[in-house]
Amino acid sequence: MNDFDRGTRKLFMAYIIGFVFCVTLTLGAFLSTILLSDNKHFGIAIIAVLAVLQLIVQLVFFFHLAEEERPRLNTISLLFMAMVVIIIGFGSLWIMSNLNYNMMPRDIDNYIQEEENIRPEKNHNSNGHHR
Amino acid sequence: MSQANTSIAPHNDKSSLGFWIYLMTDCVLFASLFATFAVLRNATAGGPTGAELFDLNYILIETLILLASSFTVGMALLGFRVGSKRIALSMLVLTGLLGGTFLALEINEFQHLIHEGFTWQTSAFLSSFFTLVGTHGLHIAIGVLWLVYLAAAIYRHGLDSINKKRIVLFALFWHFLDLIWIFIFSIVYLGAKF
Repeated sequence: MNDFDRGTRKLFMAYIIGFVFCVTLTLGAFLSTILLSDNKHFGIAIIAVLAVLQLIVQLVFFFHLAEEERPRLNTISLLFMAMVVIIIGFGSLWIMSNLNYNMMPRDIDNYIQEEENIRPEKNHNSNGHHR
Repeated sequence: MSQANTSIAPHNDKSSLGFWIYLMTDCVLFASLFATFAVLRNATAGGPTGAELFDLNYILIETLILLASSFTVGMALLGFRVGSKRIALSMLVLTGLLGGTFLALEINEFQHLIHEGFTWQTSAFLSSFFTLVGTHGLHIAIGVLWLVYLAAAIYRHGLDSINKKRIVLFALFWHFLDLIWIFIFSIVYLGAKF
């Protein structure tokens, strides 16, 4: 009976601690958008770190992954999922930014300018200057 | 005795492992929507950007409500564990109310955007935004329906082993949705400020 109570209290504490951590991290991320609004890279880095911290907190305190017994099938499938997610996320961003850099802006700008019969901004300005 | 100790941990039988693998594949679904959003987030086609559209105070309240519901579903699990039908049911109902409030706030946000003329047809950015956030909202709606069914089952049949299995899986699902929302909050809403 005593054993049972201790386990229950441990779980209860896990939820309390997890909840307090999550609220703190959420508020921290929210405040950092206000406090760091003029420092783009630092702000994004802080928000990313806080989100990953919250991921870990929730996995430990809400999903109880740390207490999983061997073989740790849940943890293994989680890690495989994380790998797939990282490949999809970073792969998409990488490929699309490459495409953007190599193709889109110049060609599409030229195409639109020809189609719409728009003169490029630069010529327009220098003409104005000459007059 | 050791079984009693681990009985609430979400990984002690085949059905919860199966459900866990479903959650992992759902994560991949969300990852592709996140990737789409990340690629298209600046493709506003002359329309409004996220920084102009989103009211972060409103979104913070939504986030805290969902976090609180993640906590109450844990309390419902504990109610199950100590054998109190009253705690389990009241905490489940509270979770449902918080989830319903979250859903109402999100629908209100969407209606507000659409009313202002910013729909999924406005720009690629808004298409990917509505798809990503809407898919999460759809999951929440399904979760609330599941919760109603679960609460009714517990009300009728009490804390039996079938309901115990159900509530463990439901809690996993609900925590998972909360975790996905944390990333929507960070990437879509907070990220828009930079």
